[in-house]
Amino acid sequence: MSSSIESLITKEYAAGFVTDVESDTLPRGLGEDIVRTISKKKEEPEWMLEWRLKAFRRWQSMPEPHWPNVKYDPIDYQNISYYSAPRKQKTLASLDEVDPEILRTYERLGIPLNEQKMLAGVAVDAIFDSVSVGTTMKAELAKLGIIFMSLGEAVREYPELVRKYLGSVVPYSDNFFAALNSAVFSDGSFVYVPKGVRCPMELSTYFRINAADTGQFERTLVVADEGAYVSYLEGCTAPKRSTNQLHAAVVELVALPGATVKYSTVQNWYAGDKEGRGGIYNFVTKRGKAFENSKISWTQVETGSAITWKYPSVILQGDNSVGEFYSVAVVNNCQQADTGTKMIHIGKNTKSTIVSKGISAGQGNNSYRGRVQVLPKATGARNYTQCDSMLVGNRCGAHTFPYIEVANDSAIVEHEASTSKIGEDQIFYLKQRGLSAEQAVSMIVSGFCKEVFKELPMEFALEAQQLLGITLEGSVG
Amino acid sequence: MSLLQIRGLTASVGDKPILRGIDLSLNAGEVHAVMGPNGSGKSTLAQVLAGNPAYEVTGGSVTYKGQDLLEMQPEERAQAGIFLAFQYPVEIPGVSNAYFLRAAYNEVRKARGEAEVDPLEFADLMEERLKIVDMDPAMLSRSVNTGFSGGEKKRNEILQLAVLEPSLGILDETDSGLDIDALRTVADGVNKLRSRDRSFIVVTHYQRLLNYIVPDYVHVLAGGRIVKSGGKELALALEEKGYDWLTEGAHTAEVGA
Repeated sequence: MSSSIESLITKEYAAGFVTDVESDTLPRGLGEDIVRTISKKKEEPEWMLEWRLKAFRRWQSMPEPHWPNVKYDPIDYQNISYYSAPRKQKTLASLDEVDPEILRTYERLGIPLNEQKMLAGVAVDAIFDSVSVGTTMKAELAKLGIIFMSLGEAVREYPELVRKYLGSVVPYSDNFFAALNSAVFSDGSFVYVPKGVRCPMELSTYFRINAADTGQFERTLVVADEGAYVSYLEGCTAPKRSTNQLHAAVVELVALPGATVKYSTVQNWYAGDKEGRGGIYNFVTKRGKAFENSKISWTQVETGSAITWKYPSVILQGDNSVGEFYSVAVVNNCQQADTGTKMIHIGKNTKSTIVSKGISAGQGNNSYRGRVQVLPKATGARNYTQCDSMLVGNRCGAHTFPYIEVANDSAIVEHEASTSKIGEDQIFYLKQRGLSAEQAVSMIVSGFCKEVFKELPMEFALEAQQLLGITLEGSVG
Repeated sequence: MSLLQIRGLTASVGDKPILRGIDLSLNAGEVHAVMGPNGSGKSTLAQVLAGNPAYEVTGGSVTYKGQDLLEMQPEERAQAGIFLAFQYPVEIPGVSNAYFLRAAYNEVRKARGEAEVDPLEFADLMEERLKIVDMDPAMLSRSVNTGFSGGEKKRNEILQLAVLEPSLGILDETDSGLDIDALRTVADGVNKLRSRDRSFIVVTHYQRLLNYIVPDYVHVLAGGRIVKSGGKELALALEEKGYDWLTEGAHTAEVGA
């Protein structure tokens, strides 16, 4: 009977194609010379280079962390190329100048890059390997004083803003992968929403790794000034390759007093094949700092990557600030995920909500790791954590590592957890009503993830639901 | 031609034989009650007809609308018009009843070569079908069977039956756990759905359901075999005398085998 639940057939990874563009790729290896070359290629000011070099020196003295509940062969950091850009890079005035091959790639991925589709109301910044290939709707946003551009451009055009906030939430010395990113980050997106402005559309970045044996080290910085509102979404894909590729990104969010930042991720990096060959190592540091009366909300749907290691966190610095974390993490075949969040309550009457849904299928291994910390001055702090795991089949694993540290007597911290298994009885029930096994699994899983999906912008909620169906397709026969 | 023809059907769970040779024929529009003591195989028969993979068919044949039923997947059986009202309806948290029902309805329509319906058309249909089981429309926005009372779950099964309009409805102990009012509502619903081209197999332990859903034929199952068949009066005899007078022989056979 259990054999029916075990017959996994994974649908082909649809985004796994390679685009044939000439690229300008740095030789493998990492040293100060490489850091200097990257900075030079990006025409950066001196302070930026200095920051990178400090990060690089720090990184050299740091050990790679091995506390996550994941297993992988040692990474040879000298065998990775740290920069790859499509050739013929010049300043792009409009999307018409972008290599048509790249535009075709985004078309195949369904990213609305061209001008007509922009009318659909999503502003997109697309990162191809290391560089940004075009930001749509820039002019529209500029009218409101909103800055949405690649971080590389922002360093040149708005150095004072970038300098003020870059590293203010995730310092270069934060952890091994953050230090590496700080040294070699190639591009990423920068968002600044001025005081009191409500960003009228979803801002979106699409990341694509194309070149082989390169790493992608993008860095995103979102700053919402006092009373501002912004909703931001990132999506990710990569070609299928038999070797592992490293993706070590950093995302920093700053919510100034009264601001709201909503950050959603649909992560579908290549997960490797059924035997666990290839796939992306997704080692990412994401953190937000929330000032008085502000709110930071993370929503993530993680279906891809061979290994995921990320903990989108909120530092609840200001009084009455709010942090939220809604997560769906799916592992199938040989995927491993160690993901969760940290909510650090510093200000008074700070509130945080954590809803984590982990789904494990095949031989996948899924760990939730979370820290809720209430500092001595955080009077009236409140946390609610709900952590649910669902198992599909009997070779997968689900683990929960919640850490709760409370140093203020008035705090209220709640933690609820559950583990369930997709039952043969549920699948049979749905099949008896005429649904296929795939539809049945997809329906059960979508129901399980409902509380998270409802946090996503609508068009992305649909995409996430479909992605989930594809990831788990055939996981029950 | 009969709608359903069961010949020498045997089935087991694990190594344990449950059905030991069932023969049963059913024509369009007929209602057959299958009765029997606990462990006689009544529910197994219902599950096997629906294609539950937990049961292994070890012999015999089942022909449904001229097709080999045992070769069909559970969803194909459902699409071909076989509906099982579960004894223990399963909870699907987070999936609204309306969403689930529409998905099922559209699959069945697709199989019949009919166009799928959109949520608005479906809402109209639901408004009408809800009346059959006297159900509160609010139930449609709740998660499938989640937190439903026993009575609500059974009513929800009959609602699904009313929506999917099967050719053969199999009611597996639909009366179990129902108080008399709920029993009457559910039975009324089924009676409204009886028609010349819809047959039912009503599996029940007690006669009381058959006061409301009056069967054309009654079969008594014991030890995995039909030990007696008759008209509706057989159910009344069982009510009076119990099962023992019919099942003694079956038990002996089981010991002997």
